[in-house]
Amino acid sequence: MAIDMLGKRVKRVEDQRLISGAGRYVDDIKLQSMAHCAILRSPYAHALIRGIDTSKARLMPGVLDVMIGADIPYNPLPMAWPAGGSAGLRNNVNTPRALATDSVKWTGEGVAAVIAETPEQALDALEAIVVGYDPLPAVVDAEKATLAGAPQLHENAPNNIVFEWAVGDKAGTAAAVDAADVVVRQRLVNQRLIPNPMETRGDIGLYNPGTDEYTIWMSSQTPHIQRLLLAAFVMGVPEHKIRCISPDVGGAFGTKIFTYADYPIVLLASKRLGGRPVKWIEGRRENYQATIHGRDHITYLEVAGKRDGEVTAIRVKTFANLGGRLSTIGPGIPTTLYARVLSGCYRIPHVYAEVVGVYTNTVFVDAYRGAGRPEATYVIERAMDLFANEIGMDRAEVRRRNFIAPEGFPYENPSGLGTASGGAKIYIDSGNYEPAMDKALEMAGYAGIEKAKAAARARGKYLGIGQSSYLEVCGVAPSKWIGAVGEGWGAAMWESANIKVHLTGKVVITMGTQPQGQGHETTYAQIIGHELGIPMEDIVVQHSDTQGTPFGYGSYGSRTSSVGSTAAIKAAAKIREKARRYAAHMLEASVEDIEVEGANYFVKGSPEVKKTFQEIAFALDLAFDAPEGMEPYLDETAYYDTPNCTWPFGTHVALVEVDEATGQVELVRYVAVDDVGNKINPMIVDGQLHGGIVQGVGQALWEGAVYSDDGQLLSGSMLDYAIPRASWLPTLELDETVTPSPVNPLGVKGVGEAGAIASTAAVANAVNDALKPFGVKHLDMPLTPQVVWKAMQSTKGAQA
Amino acid sequence: MIPAAFDYVRATSLDDALKRLATAGGGAKAIAGGQSLLPLMKLRLARPETLVDIGRLAELKGVHRLPDGRVAVGALTTYDEMLRDPILRHYGLLADAIPNIGDVQVRNRGTIGGSIAHADPASDMPAILLALDAEVVARSSRAERVIPITSFFEGAFASVLHDDELITEVRLPGGRDDVGSAYRAIEQPASGYSIAGVAAVVGAHDGTGWRYCAVGVTGVGDHPYRAAAVEKAVIGGESLAQAAAHATDGVTVASDIHADREYRTHVASVQVLRALEAAIARLG
Ligand SMILES: Cc1cc2nc3c(=O)[nH]c(=O)nc-3n(C[C@H](O)[C@H](O)[C@H](O)COP(=O)(O)OP(=O)(O)OC[C@H]3O[C@@H](n4cnc5c(N)ncnc54)[C@H](O)[C@@H]3O)c2cc1C
Repeated sequence: MAIDMLGKRVKRVEDQRLISGAGRYVDDIKLQSMAHCAILRSPYAHALIRGIDTSKARLMPGVLDVMIGADIPYNPLPMAWPAGGSAGLRNNVNTPRALATDSVKWTGEGVAAVIAETPEQALDALEAIVVGYDPLPAVVDAEKATLAGAPQLHENAPNNIVFEWAVGDKAGTAAAVDAADVVVRQRLVNQRLIPNPMETRGDIGLYNPGTDEYTIWMSSQTPHIQRLLLAAFVMGVPEHKIRCISPDVGGAFGTKIFTYADYPIVLLASKRLGGRPVKWIEGRRENYQATIHGRDHITYLEVAGKRDGEVTAIRVKTFANLGGRLSTIGPGIPTTLYARVLSGCYRIPHVYAEVVGVYTNTVFVDAYRGAGRPEATYVIERAMDLFANEIGMDRAEVRRRNFIAPEGFPYENPSGLGTASGGAKIYIDSGNYEPAMDKALEMAGYAGIEKAKAAARARGKYLGIGQSSYLEVCGVAPSKWIGAVGEGWGAAMWESANIKVHLTGKVVITMGTQPQGQGHETTYAQIIGHELGIPMEDIVVQHSDTQGTPFGYGSYGSRTSSVGSTAAIKAAAKIREKARRYAAHMLEASVEDIEVEGANYFVKGSPEVKKTFQEIAFALDLAFDAPEGMEPYLDETAYYDTPNCTWPFGTHVALVEVDEATGQVELVRYVAVDDVGNKINPMIVDGQLHGGIVQGVGQALWEGAVYSDDGQLLSGSMLDYAIPRASWLPTLELDETVTPSPVNPLGVKGVGEAGAIASTAAVANAVNDALKPFGVKHLDMPLTPQVVWKAMQSTKGAQA
Repeated sequence: MIPAAFDYVRATSLDDALKRLATAGGGAKAIAGGQSLLPLMKLRLARPETLVDIGRLAELKGVHRLPDGRVAVGALTTYDEMLRDPILRHYGLLADAIPNIGDVQVRNRGTIGGSIAHADPASDMPAILLALDAEVVARSSRAERVIPITSFFEGAFASVLHDDELITEVRLPGGRDDVGSAYRAIEQPASGYSIAGVAAVVGAHDGTGWRYCAVGVTGVGDHPYRAAAVEKAVIGGESLAQAAAHATDGVTVASDIHADREYRTHVASVQVLRALEAAIARLG
């Protein structure tokens, strides 16, 4: 009898291989006669290219080929998600070419590629390439880039503006702000981050001259999308002539969604070498310079309301730094995924947001874990604290007053989620915010916090507490929403699953989604084991290869469990239905009389007259006894397009202690109560929360990508970019409430991003709270000892 | 992250190593644990033509007491070996500092000789050796000389060591019972190196005041230094807090994206105070 594992803390089946070094990442793949590629990157943030002399490099030992921009016959990389939704809106689009031709726009933009017998030789030859640059003045700050006199990056983008986009009711919001008892204004910087997956990117290109087909192994979250984009937009090669394979992917956090210059480079290089495979593996410094960064917003916030705690309006203007050229969905992040969810879990009647997308001499910015929603949560959760402090009301009480009530669903927020142009109505379908908040505050000892603060003071420490009550848009998303031009990327967002049952009853499920360490091989097996009544061990989960997996849009936006899993359940239902029909045939009963319990198919009322799933699979595979009209074999594919997103929520609470002498901040406790709906595997949910929380804490306290004014990346390696270490963190205290999502049969919501969305604001709020005795109202992140200490100095004596 | 091509030889003896360095005329570099040299080579910031591997020279390893009571630490002694050594266990400031240097791998490979030869302005060991008034024994194929640590460092990544010289040994004063020592640092979170690291040795209280005080500071100036003004103030009877305020007297304080001059100046004083207090607390 199979044991049903759905909802259990099952150990991850992929860990044996991934933890013991038996995983197979791109760099583990070594093909016969493989050559190696290295990319020369611009040392200037902004320069014209006068000329490139590759003659010496070509003569270096082992060098097979050198390519510069002019050698590449392809189009620039695509930009798939313009800001849109309002009439007359223009996106001034400039995307990178595989290699820059006339100019470079950031330090790290690729200008030449060497192909050599070994990686060492390729790197040696890079040093022999001579590039003539005419350096130009650079600008790295999004707000400054829009000012008169700023260096200009692109002719088609006056004042470096990619787009000026707005959402919400401008006049209504202005009126509400004007009429408010209290208006708090604050400039907020959501600093630029470097995502840092453990595995950097990399790829192997292989051209087959016999069939004129291309294969690329890529560390990607989206092999199917990459095939589509490379075929249709970059290379002009028919889609069926390209095969994309993502082997094990060692973390991604969004960075591996996109189309990168190295994809066409390795494919073209292989073709030019007559079909030798060409591998490119990104170094860590290269990853810092040339793979997308995240966040980087400057926001002017106004929050307006009444003295009784009701928030009546939020108005923001955000400058979103998109880098020197646009990444694949760069403009979509600060628009659709940020401004449209600004009001979070609050019922704020008036919201108006202006977003200015800006070019600067920095690497492109795109989706990083949470993608827009951490930025939105930071704004609204800082707003709640600022407003509460201004009116002298308890910060939790202000939130309580403004939560969307449990009976207030479905809720259409005022920043336009529900009115997306031409698309679906997206509305918040469910939620129950107070119980999660109350539980978190209770766990954190909120009621006794003043005593704890006094005790800390006696030790020379300032204790602060901060909360973040977040709302996430998960399970991105319905095709009719994200597919609407101007709202999303003009393409669909459904998912797929295929289930095949071998003669022995063993099951292969093949997914269109693409794991990067989340444990899909485990969770899909739990779901399908439950659906078909068979043990997980009888199931293998396959993915990652456009040859053999049904088309899928990949894994990001916490969409796999809600969208992908539902496709899998639908495929399993089809399998079950066919098995049932065949069982009826075997048992000489009518289909209506066959009942299914786990793996047993029996005649209603007599469970002993049964066929097992294995017996049915065996017979259907051999099929010599199949009834007229029934196809042999159990093999079913299903596609699923969700009608709505899912809406996880929760409250996180952070406690920090600030050392008065040095400004050092210690995170002393972290409590998280999350409502992610039902859980397929609570252990994996915990793991996702742990990682996400820590990444968000990293932003609050330590991380920050720093460019010098002339565009050099000063935080250019792990020596200068501080990723959180386990020893800096307390044990994370997790708990839950469970409000199942109504849109999918499992009632799951997704959890890949929740931690990162919530934690930054919780910790920032805690540090600002700790500094209240110094008169500090707001500090920008990262809240390093220097930042904190200086704030304590500048306001010393403001309040005893 | 792949170094430029280089030749590699493993030295068979100290003399062999010195001969090879002498004949290479600056093109060769010794490699001990490789924890500083290899990262530089991978970034192609260092490009030695030849690496002379001294890592297995037994004659440069180990800790022993000299006849005069001082303690000799072989240049190739690793952090981990220092931490476990029964003689060095006596030095409170080593026990404070070493567990926080790098990670397990770095402590298993990194050596005391490599740390000081590299002369990183933010390394921890130099501050400790400064506070201990250590001596560095350097040898070339020409001669051996003893360099007081106080005149060893000249600037960022610069010391008085010649290209053809190797450090063979570091000599520490024998432990004395009437002083206490401690090390306190505030770390730059990404690298783990010190923004301000302070080694203090204080003691010999004669009933009226401290008669002995030595303070080594790293991470603050362009090279690790002795905070002479602090020492003078402590011995002169100023309060520890007053003395600590002199932490950066006469020093051009460094500034970078992690800590600007103002903040670094401030935390240098805080760490001096904390190291002094901790050293005194150790006196019991
Ligand atoms: C991840 C990481 C973290 C680190 N964190 C810290 C930290 O927190 N604090 C800190 O202080 N240090 C830190 N370090 C640096 C580490 O302490 C030094 O790299 C190490 O001590 C150097 O010793 P080594 O034997 O590895 O030297 P090597 O790298 O082998 O050599 C360094 C230099 O010294 C020269 N050299 C080596 N031995 C001799 C000798 N006997 N005579 C003359 N010249 C010699 C070499 O030619 C080379 O120029 C860190 C290093 C790493 C990689």
